[in-house]
This record gives sequence, structure tokens and C-alpha cells, in this order.
Amino acid sequence: MQTFGWPEAYFILRAASWTIALTAIAFVIGGLFGGVLAIMRLSRLKLLRRFAAGYILVIQSIPVLMVLFMSYYGLSAVGIELPPFLAASASLAIYVSAYLAEIWRGSIESVPRQQWEASASLALTRGQQYRYIILPQAARISLPPTVGFLVQLVKNTSIVQVVGFVDLMRAGMLVNNATYQAFQIFTLVGAIYFAICFPLSRLSRHLEKVMNASRSH
Amino acid sequence: MILNGVMLTIALSFVAIALGLVLATLMSALRSLAGSWAGYIVDAYVELMRNTPFLVQLFMIFFGLPQIGIRMNGLEASMLAMTLNLAAYATEIIRAGVDSIHKSQIEAGLALAMSRRQVFQYVVLQPAFARVWPALSSQFVLMMLASSICSFVSVQELSGTAAIIEQDTFRSFETYIIVTVIYLVLALSLKLFLNWLGRRIFPQVSGLARVTEAHGEAA
Repeated sequence: MQTFGWPEAYFILRAASWTIALTAIAFVIGGLFGGVLAIMRLSRLKLLRRFAAGYILVIQSIPVLMVLFMSYYGLSAVGIELPPFLAASASLAIYVSAYLAEIWRGSIESVPRQQWEASASLALTRGQQYRYIILPQAARISLPPTVGFLVQLVKNTSIVQVVGFVDLMRAGMLVNNATYQAFQIFTLVGAIYFAICFPLSRLSRHLEKVMNASRSH
Repeated sequence: MILNGVMLTIALSFVAIALGLVLATLMSALRSLAGSWAGYIVDAYVELMRNTPFLVQLFMIFFGLPQIGIRMNGLEASMLAMTLNLAAYATEIIRAGVDSIHKSQIEAGLALAMSRRQVFQYVVLQPAFARVWPALSSQFVLMMLASSICSFVSVQELSGTAAIIEQDTFRSFETYIIVTVIYLVLALSLKLFLNWLGRRIFPQVSGLARVTEAHGEAA
């Protein structure tokens, strides 16, 4: 039996970069869809509003694990074989899109209504209103909760190991299968997750404080 | 078989919610009543749990603890992990509610010769709970969904059952669709139930503005 030593620790540490890569991809793709969904949710067309609301409700009410199972095992049963990395990033992006859409919708709605009215009276089109007046303000408001959500995403990437993708969590499990020194291994794995997440949590809280201070002026 | 899985998912969630809430209330009380060192320990615990994945916590309990002589089966480990995880999130949510109680309320309570404990219980905790109930509710729903992860330590709850049926029948798509729909129904029913419960327990604040937005935080 192997023992848990520096090579194993290095292997785990290197797998952490896959966790970060997966987070980044899921965040960017999910963010794009989430942005579109947020705007659809606020659209003047009932059909678009309904569709976005339904999608968000469903995705937020089912476990990410089920989305992952369906996109990996489910799709392969109907003949579509996704490689693990693709299935993992697609599932996480779906999860991200629903949560970011809600966070961003809240931010857009918290821009005072007078801003819409004032920009409409300047004869701006709806697209121009979003681009020049509403979104820049909404982006500022949405920054703290978005960074906070990033922490949730980093942690949730840990479940992609079920499809065999070697992220931080999977690396820990592989080393555990070889050495059976679970306590040390999962302490290290947990510490690495903590090292990624804690600064983000702090940043989110800091941003929140800064913005509350600037709003009270 | 699926029905057993559903029952186990509900039972796991119920135990975790009940125990987690009690633990969180105690930790919140510790934070605001006892000396500052207890507050620091609670804060450290909350930060530690909130910044590591639930799966790591579960594995630490299931695979890690036996190494120092504490052995648990999958079900016990899942229950413990869910409770500890939920307690940390709930403590953080309750803290927001406690912070929102105005100082003058506490002073007024003390002026009425209430003890510090009475003030905490009646003047601080009850209104705080009422205000953060929506955030707590969505955290409970997220915990119920996160219980799906307990299938990793071979607990036969809903998603564990799904994996077994899938292996037996090879009808993955149908199996996962059905199970996903069941989760959806469970989550929506839990949401409705908690809303109803909130209106029942805290009727006095149903018209007041709530402090915390129910932002989702998955475990």
C-alpha cells in the first residue's frame, strides 16, 4: 500500500486547477445564458417572461446531480455520448444560468424606476436604455451577490467526479483509494477548497459593505 | 423502491432541518450572549463549513473519522453532515436577522426588567426569525436537494435509488426524468409548506418588509 506523501499531495494540488477551469467555463457560459434569461424574465412579452420563469423555477428545484446524470448517462442512452468534461461543464452552466438569472433580475429591478422613465423620455430605445442606463447600474448592484454565488459554484463543481472527471475532489478520492489515509487527504482537499472560496466570500462581503456605505450618502 | 427512496430523502431532510435549526439557534445565542471567544469559535465554524463543499464534509465524516476511531454507517454520516452543514448556513442567516433588530428594542426590553436571556428570546430572536424565514426556507429546500449527494456514501435515498434502477434496467433517461420530476414536486411542496408554516408561526410580520432576500446558496 502506498502512503500519502508529497507526490500525492502534488497530484491533488494540480487537480485543483481543473476545478478552477471548470468553474470559469461554467461561470462564463452560464453567465451568458443567465443574462439573457434575466432580460427575458423582465421582457414585455408574456411568452418570454413565462418561459424564463418556468426554466428558472425548474432548474432551481432539482439537484444539480440529476442534471449531471441526465446529461452524461441519460444522453448516452439515447445515443449522444458527451465526454465527461463537456457533460460536467454543460450541467454546471445550466445550474449557473438559473441562479445568476435570478440574482441579476433582482439587480435590474432594484435600479430605480425613474431611471427607466427618464431614459425613455430621452427617446432611447429599450436596447439603448439597457445598455447605457440600466445595466451599468445593475452591474454594480449585482457584484457582491455574484461573487458570493461564485463560492457556491466552486463548491458544487465537486460533484462532477461522478462522471469520472478528475477535478480536485476526484483526485482526493483516487489518492484515498490508493492510500486509505482519508483524514489527511480530505483535510488537504477541504483546505484547498477553503483557500479558493474564503477570499471570494470575503471579497463579496467587502463589496457589500462598500456599496452600502456609498448608498447611504 | 422509488417510494422508499422518497421517504428516505424526506426523512433525511426533516432530521437535518430540525436538528440543524436547533443547533443554529444555540450557536446564534452563544454568539450574542456569551463572551467574545465563543463568538469567534462559532464564526470560525460557520466560515469553515460555508467555504468547503458539502461532499468534502460528508467524506471527512464517512471516510476520515474512522481513521481516528469514530465509525459511522452511510446513513448516520449523511445525517450528521447535513445537520452540521445546515446549522452553519442557518446560523449565518439568523445572524442577519439578529443584526437587524434595533438596539433601542434591546434597551427597552432591559428597561422593563427582562433578563438578558428573556430579551434575547422574546425581543431579539422571535422577530429575527420572522424576518429571515424566507431565506431560511430556501436554505431548507437547497438542503433537501443537496441530500442527493448522500448517494455517494451508498445511502439509498431518491438519487441512490435512481442509480440502482438505472443499473438494473439500463433505461437511464426515463429513470432520471422520473426522479427529477419527483425532486421537483418535493421541492415545490416543501416551499409551499414552509411558506404556509411561516404565515402560521409569524402572523404578525406577514405585512412587514423582510430583511434578507431569499438568495439561493447551494450547499
